[in-house]
Amino acid sequence: MIEALFFYVFSTVLVLSAMMVISAKNPVHAVLYLILSFFNAAGLFVMLGAELIAMILVIVYVGAVAVLFLFVVMMLDIDFTRLRDEAQKHAMVGAITGGVLLGELAWVYSQWMGARDALARAAQTAPQATKGLTNAHALGQLLYTHYAYLFQVSGLILLVAMIGAITLTLRSRPGVRKQVISHQLDRNPADVVKIEKIETGAGVS
Amino acid sequence: MTELSHIGISHFLTLSAILFTLGVFGIFRNRRNVIVILMSVELILLSVTMNMVTFSAYLNDLTGQVFSMFILTVAAAEAAIGLAILVVFFRNRGSIAVEDISALKG
Repeated sequence: MIEALFFYVFSTVLVLSAMMVISAKNPVHAVLYLILSFFNAAGLFVMLGAELIAMILVIVYVGAVAVLFLFVVMMLDIDFTRLRDEAQKHAMVGAITGGVLLGELAWVYSQWMGARDALARAAQTAPQATKGLTNAHALGQLLYTHYAYLFQVSGLILLVAMIGAITLTLRSRPGVRKQVISHQLDRNPADVVKIEKIETGAGVS
Repeated sequence: MTELSHIGISHFLTLSAILFTLGVFGIFRNRRNVIVILMSVELILLSVTMNMVTFSAYLNDLTGQVFSMFILTVAAAEAAIGLAILVVFFRNRGSIAVEDISALKG
């Protein structure tokens, strides 16, 4: 009973905030609704017994990705009202496409049934089945042994993304004077300092 | 899964389908605004992750959760690269309208 209540609360807020993400006038509000939807999805994941995924969702998505979005939205000086004006024109196409997609998904899910030997084929059963292991422990045992290579590759993907983002956004602006240590050390006092004797009352020409 | 016997798998799958549809609809609705399109892609990836975790929980197989972690990794990389491209594009053009991106040369 309490589970159903929590499920409906989380899913209702999730769907409503997702609607607000795609329909908010201010993109900053859209990012904040995205954060809210991530939190609710994390709550649903906790209900499903996937605590580690839920925490990763909160830490990685809310802590990094959503803040990155917020940073970009606030950094760029974009005239959003101009972008909004023509938004309604394509809503009909989107509604038709989304409706068709939803119908297809509903049909697929109504026809779906699990394989009978799915549990026997499992690489490692969930900790709810094998008592005594936490979700993170079981996931780590699987990730660092069975999927070790994929884990390395995902690290490589992150490295490539980091290098790509830095090379894309790094720029050397012309006309900006920077401190060059070697030029400073190269300067000879004899070349640049001149001592003049100024006569009293004559001034400096 | 015994703990979740009250809530069927179809509930989570329906929620995931609704979320996916909302993401696709968001892409079409905000066709000019790249930032909202990227956020819609994040919603779609969230729905896919939810699908993976749901099946993982109901079939008692942890593989789904491992792969949802990989999905999260790829989504984070995609967001970083996409936003970097967006920043560079805005620096060059002073706009992020999708129509202007069709002329990417020079």
